[in-house]
Order: sequence, then C-alpha cells, then structure tokens
Amino acid sequence: MCDTCGCGSEGEAVLLKPGERGGGSHDHDHHHHHGHDHDERRTRMVQMEQDVLQQNNLLAERNRGFFEAKRILALNVLSSPGSGKTSLLEKIIPLLKENVPVAVIEGDQQTTRDADRIDALGVPVIQINTGTGCHLDAQMINRAARQLPLQDGSLLCIENVGNLVCPAMFDLGEALKVVIISVTEGDDKPLKYPYMFHEADVCILNKIDLLPYVDFDSAVCRENAMRVSHGLEWFELSAKTGEGVDLWASWLEKRLSQS
Amino acid sequence: MHEMSVALSIVEAAEARARREGSGVISEIALVVGRLAGVVPDALRFCFPAASRGTLAEDAVLVIEEREGRGVCVSCGASFAVSFHVAECPECRSLAVRVVSGDEFIIESITIEEGE
Repeated sequence: MCDTCGCGSEGEAVLLKPGERGGGSHDHDHHHHHGHDHDERRTRMVQMEQDVLQQNNLLAERNRGFFEAKRILALNVLSSPGSGKTSLLEKIIPLLKENVPVAVIEGDQQTTRDADRIDALGVPVIQINTGTGCHLDAQMINRAARQLPLQDGSLLCIENVGNLVCPAMFDLGEALKVVIISVTEGDDKPLKYPYMFHEADVCILNKIDLLPYVDFDSAVCRENAMRVSHGLEWFELSAKTGEGVDLWASWLEKRLSQS
Repeated sequence: MHEMSVALSIVEAAEARARREGSGVISEIALVVGRLAGVVPDALRFCFPAASRGTLAEDAVLVIEEREGRGVCVSCGASFAVSFHVAECPECRSLAVRVVSGDEFIIESITIEEGE
C-alpha cells in the first residue's frame, strides 16, 4: 500500500528487507488511477460479448483452411509426458514416408531433443520451445508451418507439450486430436482428465508389451474413454515392439487418401 | 496453468477495445465463465494482476460471473444441471444429452474512463 495516497492492492505490494531503500517514497512511476472519479472523468460501460479464445480460434481456422487447401492431414498429438508420443512417431514415420510426405512440429518447454530424434528419420521437422508455456497455440503453429517445407498431401504431426490439461483448450487448426495413454499410467486416466479425452478423435493405448507386468485393464480403460467421448477411435499398440502399429498406420493412410 | 495465457489475451482484447473507444483507462472487466469451460476462476483472478501490469487495465477490477452447466435430454426433453460435457439424463437414463450452457468463456463488457 502506498503511504502517500493510500491506494494499491496486494498485487502492487513492495517487500523490503532491512537496509534496502523504502519508506516514504518509492521509485516506481506513480500514475495509477484510483477507483473514483476526479474532475471531469466519467465512466462508460462497453458491451463486448467477445469469446476470450477468439484470437486463437480465428488463427486456428486460418491454419485449418491452409491445411485443407493443401490436402494436409494435421494431427495434434497429445499425452502426459512420457506416454510415447515421440517414440510412436519414430515408429510410424518410416512406415508412411515412402508413400506420403511427412512433416513434424515438436512442442516442448526446452531443448531440441525430440526434433533431433525426428530429424534422424530424414523428414522436415521444426521444434517449438514454449519456455514456461504449458501448451502450443494456433499462432505458434502458424509461424512453424511457414518455416516448414510442406508438400501438398502431407501428413503433419504436431506433437504438443506433454500435458493432459491445458492443450485441450487450444485449437491449433488440426484435423484430428490424437491422445496417447500408456499402460504404465492408470486405466482411470480418461475419467481423471475428461476434457482432454472428450476433445480427442483418436485414442491410442501404448506400451501394451508391458501389460503382463502392470495392473492395467485395457477393457476398463477403453470403456472409461468411451464414456467421455462416445465416437472415439481406439487403437492398442506398442511403439517399442511394433505390435499393432501397422493397424494405426493403415488407418492413417486411409484418412490421408480421403483428405 | 493456461490461465496466465488466457489472462493475457483478456487484457489484450480489453485494451484494444478501450483504445478504439478512445479511452486510456479500464476500470472494470466483466467476464462470464461457464463451469464446463475448463477455466478456474480463482486461478484467473490470481494471474490477472501480473497479466495487466503496465497496461490500460492495470487498476481494473475483474468481475467474474460463473454460469452453471445445463443439459437437455435429446430423448425425453428433460433439462438438468450438468458438471461435464457428457452426462446421463436423470429422468430417462439416456446418454444423448445436449449441453446447452456452461461452456461460455466470454468478455461480457469493459468499463472505461473518459475525459480528463
């Protein structure tokens, strides 16, 4: 609180240790306005009725239009950290790239480790580092897509930041949201993070090679996922052994031929 | 914690509108947040002072109206409160439920100061 005028809120609190400058005067510009009118100042209410996510949604639709015009199938790949998003891309890209051009956008808070792994497969990739950000947004995809050599008819895999909460809110302009869950997590995960599963078009259960060693019931997990998203496409596979990966690849090829 | 980036876009949209209206000070921002919108009002309130620092909304009061989720049963027409996008009709047990409100996330209005 400002000693001179008594205005201020907790957000403006200045904390000082003994010996530091403080007391009667402070060095920030003191021009903030008070909640009451001075002189001729009048207040007026302006109706806005504007969706908070409008900016992101508009940009996402621009991305979507660009992808559709170039017959690009864009996937928004989502999961917790460590469910195997990058490993699955590493498995599936070599199967697909002979027949369709593939490009990848990688999202992580820091490092180019994932982009380096994809680069080794010989397909175009760009890494987005969100810094402290917890999700990708439409503007990041817009910028990244401009920097990628994107051929007509490509499969564009956008690997979102590992997080089952925030990315569910942000449309990137993708055609499909693909959520990955692994058997080392819990079969109740779709119920614990229903927003993400509700938004998803495809759910992939990964690491099924580990099923004999964990208490995970695939049928229960599938039922839970279907409970929050009735039209969900469901795949079970292992990015490590390759079991089930061909089914997912052929489903994608079919979708690509329709786009 | 997507509330921070959301708070920044609220401030940005409010500032743009205030400028268009010829005002240099926003004294209030009124939001409608539905229970199904995936936004935590308290987290938004927490982020707002940081998001608005140094902007026209620096001293604005954030007013949040929370709106409950409502579903209508496609089978029997019953209307009831829902807490998620997917629900079961309490009357006929149908799962064909249409959510009619609760996912709003809107800047309803801003109050601006005018004159000297």
